[in-house]
Amino acid sequence: MMDIYLPIAAVTENVFVLFGLGLSVGVVSGLFGVGGGFLLTPFLIFIGVPQAVAVASTANQLVGASLSGVISYWRRGSVDFQMAAVLSAGGLVGSVVGVAFFALLRRLGQIDLVISLSYVVLLGTLGSLMLVESIGSVARTRQSTPRPRLHQHAWIRALPGKMRFRRSKLYLSPVLPLGIGFAVGVLSAVLGIGGGFLLVPAMIYILGMPASIVPGTSLAQNMVVAISVTILQSWTMHTVDGVLVLILLLGGVVGVHYGSRYGARIRGDYLRILLALVILTVGAKLLFDLTLTPHSMFSVVEREP
Amino acid sequence: MKRPLTIILVLVLYCCSQTVPASAQELVTDLTDHLVQITTAFHGANVVLFGTAPGGGDIIVTVRGPNRDVVVRRKHRIAGIWLNDRGVTLTGVPGYYAVFTSRPLEQLVSPSLQTLEGIGLETLSMAAIDATDGDDVAADHAALIRDFEHRGLYIEKSGVVKFLGGKLFRATVTFPADTPVGVYTIESFLIRDGVVIASDSTPFAVEKAGLPAEIYDFSRDHGLAYGILAVCAAAMTGWISTLLFRRV
Repeated sequence: MMDIYLPIAAVTENVFVLFGLGLSVGVVSGLFGVGGGFLLTPFLIFIGVPQAVAVASTANQLVGASLSGVISYWRRGSVDFQMAAVLSAGGLVGSVVGVAFFALLRRLGQIDLVISLSYVVLLGTLGSLMLVESIGSVARTRQSTPRPRLHQHAWIRALPGKMRFRRSKLYLSPVLPLGIGFAVGVLSAVLGIGGGFLLVPAMIYILGMPASIVPGTSLAQNMVVAISVTILQSWTMHTVDGVLVLILLLGGVVGVHYGSRYGARIRGDYLRILLALVILTVGAKLLFDLTLTPHSMFSVVEREP
Repeated sequence: MKRPLTIILVLVLYCCSQTVPASAQELVTDLTDHLVQITTAFHGANVVLFGTAPGGGDIIVTVRGPNRDVVVRRKHRIAGIWLNDRGVTLTGVPGYYAVFTSRPLEQLVSPSLQTLEGIGLETLSMAAIDATDGDDVAADHAALIRDFEHRGLYIEKSGVVKFLGGKLFRATVTFPADTPVGVYTIESFLIRDGVVIASDSTPFAVEKAGLPAEIYDFSRDHGLAYGILAVCAAAMTGWISTLLFRRV
């Protein structure tokens, strides 16, 4: 029992299913320090929330879910606000472009397909990389060889207008972080993800930021972009379901809390293999649904006024 | 702003329907509810239509919901994946349409009379506003009707108008959870020997009510403010949670 009608998604869902979904994704976020948007959106689609509403609402959920993380990193002083501002500026432009692209796809009737296909590619790649990496680290004898920091490529030095990032101890052109922020912004708008899994490696390996301030700075950028996507989606597409988001968040904050508590205690490798398998399964299910012969050869949808 | 108007309209229509001249009393109908509200736990609704036909005969009830524009897209398989084509927009499509009869429709009235009175799924006319020569609009039309039937938005059922003791009859009208919001027309026809002896119409409306309606209207009318509020609500939840869990 306890069903609730979601006013924007226009579907009736069970409150406990939604709460449980928020809780589970929250636990995964807490355990692994990932945003969880890349799992939340597909699961919302599986339970019958329209693709467009699932994406926009996940962006809104990310605002609340990332805030507590940003606060705790900020208290520890591990956020480079200058870098976050530059990345966010790129992200804001990216989110505007992404939402416009989203609107275009929706008018063409291809948005559902593009979301599903992008998720298949995204989850397939992410899951495979994680699986290979975590199996490798289980197999390896535990020895801590710190990764060598990549030296800056020549083309990066050639970019115009250098800027000093004190906290990151970097002196480089803002064009590069602007571009990276832009790409993450577009992805965030179209797929409803924070984009941390892209931003974190980019900050370490391309920008060469110190690892200690990467997670907090990445999360700060994700939050700014999620705020922008939520507002733009609400304004132009009317696809953010506030009721859905609040139920997901109530489960999510509890999940993140306990997830991060236990994440510190248990050995991560086997858990990461498990997460990789979950990600691959979700991707496979999305792909399977795309190839399934539809029960009707026609798609019938009410036209947006 | 739309909903109070709907209620007033329904009430006005209702008052009009009560002042029928005495000569038309061959058929009188009414509903158990003239207004169905979509609230927080809406699963669809049943409304009972009842009436009297003192002279006897057969009854046809048609229920027509508000019109909408619908895009029908054909699916094609490319590299194993199903894609939508450009699509055709059909206009004047009732968002809900049902025909309930006491006996099979084809036994009651001729096809020409059906067309004249607009009775039956076959008679639904919808225009394609952006079709090109290559489009098979008839197939799109048929696909739309199949899809809406599957979703419970289009219904054609015989034997569901039941007479109780010869004069009094009743029929249950079912509305699915995603039935469109707006004003409906419910018309009842008394049929004898293939001829419409009398008809009666009764007003009906579906509206969103309570919190879901407020939220939906607000999101449509003030999208920007809704977005800002959604961000604030999510941020508040996140912030309060950090306060709560810090003490534990």
